[in-house]
Amino acid sequence: MSDQSLTLPSAVSEPQAGEVEINLSAGEIGQLSLWYLIWRRFLRNRLAVAATFVLLLLYLMVALAEFITPYDHLISNEDFVARAPQLPRFRDETGQFHFRPFVYGTTTELDTYNLDWVHKDDTTQMYPLKLFVKGAPYKLLGLFPSERHLYGVDAPGTVFLLGTDRLGRDLFSRIIFGGRISLTVGLIGVSLTILFGSVMGTISGYFGGPVDTVIQRFIELLMSFPSIALWAALAAAMPADITIVTRFFLISIILSLIGWTSLARQVRAKVLAFREMEFSSAATAAGASHFRIIMVHMLPNALSHIIVIATLAIPGMILAETALSFLGLGILPPAVSWGTLLQDAQTVGVVIKKPWLMLPGAFVIVSVLSFNFLGDGIRDAVDPFAL
Amino acid sequence: MTTTPTSPSDTAVASVESGSGQSPLLEVRNLKMHFPIRKGFLKRVVGHVKAVDDVTFSVERGTVFGLVGESGCGKSTTGRCVIRLLKATAGEIVYTMPDDEPVHIEALDPESLRIMRRHIQIVFQDPYASLNPRLTLKQIVGEPLVINNVSQGQDLQDRVAELLRRVGLSPEHMNRYPHAFSGGQRQRISLARALALNPRFIVADEPVSALDVSVQAQILNLIKDLREEFGLTYLFIAHNMSVIKHICDSVAVMYVGQIVEMTTTRQLFRKPLHPYTEALLEAIPVPDPRRDRHRIVLEGDVPNPADPPSGCYFHPRCAYAQDVCRTETPPLAEHTPGHLARCHFAAELELKGMTI
Repeated sequence: MSDQSLTLPSAVSEPQAGEVEINLSAGEIGQLSLWYLIWRRFLRNRLAVAATFVLLLLYLMVALAEFITPYDHLISNEDFVARAPQLPRFRDETGQFHFRPFVYGTTTELDTYNLDWVHKDDTTQMYPLKLFVKGAPYKLLGLFPSERHLYGVDAPGTVFLLGTDRLGRDLFSRIIFGGRISLTVGLIGVSLTILFGSVMGTISGYFGGPVDTVIQRFIELLMSFPSIALWAALAAAMPADITIVTRFFLISIILSLIGWTSLARQVRAKVLAFREMEFSSAATAAGASHFRIIMVHMLPNALSHIIVIATLAIPGMILAETALSFLGLGILPPAVSWGTLLQDAQTVGVVIKKPWLMLPGAFVIVSVLSFNFLGDGIRDAVDPFAL
Repeated sequence: MTTTPTSPSDTAVASVESGSGQSPLLEVRNLKMHFPIRKGFLKRVVGHVKAVDDVTFSVERGTVFGLVGESGCGKSTTGRCVIRLLKATAGEIVYTMPDDEPVHIEALDPESLRIMRRHIQIVFQDPYASLNPRLTLKQIVGEPLVINNVSQGQDLQDRVAELLRRVGLSPEHMNRYPHAFSGGQRQRISLARALALNPRFIVADEPVSALDVSVQAQILNLIKDLREEFGLTYLFIAHNMSVIKHICDSVAVMYVGQIVEMTTTRQLFRKPLHPYTEALLEAIPVPDPRRDRHRIVLEGDVPNPADPPSGCYFHPRCAYAQDVCRTETPPLAEHTPGHLARCHFAAELELKGMTI
């Protein structure tokens, strides 16, 4: 018995639910749409659900970046250049417990041997962490003016939870603001990928013949380019005097320029299969137009696969943007993305002496992994009739 | 003979259906469907698969005409050419409209074809592939009505309910998805969809081949009942002789894209003239364990239609083959009135039939 429940975990719980429905005999049975069945299956995958929450949290944080972060990510502070992370503490030097977490102040010395500023915790100064403190004014979501920040300490104290960079800017604030670009570049790139990929794939698969041949050879041509080199060349070809926003959109387009090819191939394969299915013949026999057959019979059936492929493509986009920006070809300062932040961690010296500058990499890893788990979860869920 | 007086064409069907002296509802003349074989980077044509090669038959009003043969003999391709899911390479497909106007289906432009599609519908073999899993029953059965702007809203709902009732399904199920139905129920749904536009002619492409034997009988009886009720004419494609026996008035036996024998079902079963027909009849299972049978078991496979054998296509598998069969192609000749066979020795062979 335990063997069975091990090998067929979903089969054990499902028939019971089914029996109840059959006993009810009315209403719901057979009327649950495929989307609902997919949703139910998805919810059973704990890892994918957890990844979804992580992603929602990340996107919420970057959307409310001004509120979440204690400092403006662009303001440098020469008193705190490359300060190590100030971790919240509960116990002070004397071992006394404080109910409210606090951070120490900072003493700065010049290391005359290395010619470097050395920051140390000043244990005589304690700044308790406070929620909803007053700080620099901003507009939340660009609409609501406010000057409250989620956390902070009273002046003259500072709270750099993840340290500061070489210009004394708060790394946590920079990571959150950088996430705005890094996390959305994937979404925009993937939207364009879905658009190009499904349109080209559908045309290629549905109409076939010479159209198919031309599109497929073109895709092969694009795929045979070394992608990093192509991105680099295209990024280098961008005019220097364009605004940050324009540059950001152009980079999204560049990333999706290659990304759409594999999606188009898979959509084509799906459409080829559906075209031979008898339900599309039946629609033809009923007088349906090509447009209707594509929109009603092809795309809805291919949609679940498109979503899976798209979800799994987002991490690739994030990584590609990070790589481009890391190489100095993507987002340019003063705009920040996780890639430009990682530029600061390019040398071994930094990695050894200021390891916290690699923390943006951790955010990349977490978001990429979450997208992969989410994509896997959707992929497993889209076939609700499989055991 | 009762029909639903929902459209003017119905009454027309009712009035002409009984007249047996009329021209046939469908005439197929010298139909050819050759698929090119393309090879290499430039997709050059290196040969043709002659899936249907010079097929001629006609279907009388109100009858069921059977096309039978092994997989790959071209019977389904013929059916698909008739409703223009495939565009035939050559030949004529003439359909007689309710006003006795002959229409050449193979030459219709897209707009006339759309109108024509209301007269001819199709039911497919695979009950799992023929229904879009993303649509509810209401959307599936109602689709022809929506496409052809016949009805919408509450009227659409009523019509779909009526159609479902006609094929023996409960109208309350119209908001369910196909995955909630069994193979037999799905074929009923397919039938309801085919009937939605009040067609006069239905191509049934192996509608029961994928079903259990017990369910097969139910669906066959439903097909029969619908013929009575709606005055339908069927082109019934099957590979199973016992199904043909159950439902068809006349039959054409196909082999490698050609008709090898054609006559009434009764005549074909009683006195087959082609050895291939005999072999097909022998293949019908008989539910009697004590019956001693010297079965003719067909050796080998259907020949490749891209490279058929010389002479009579059937000679490599024929038990009665002579030298002449290897070299000369036999014509499809009328041996007794209304009984055509493509065999050099149709007149001499005493082939085993069966009583029905």
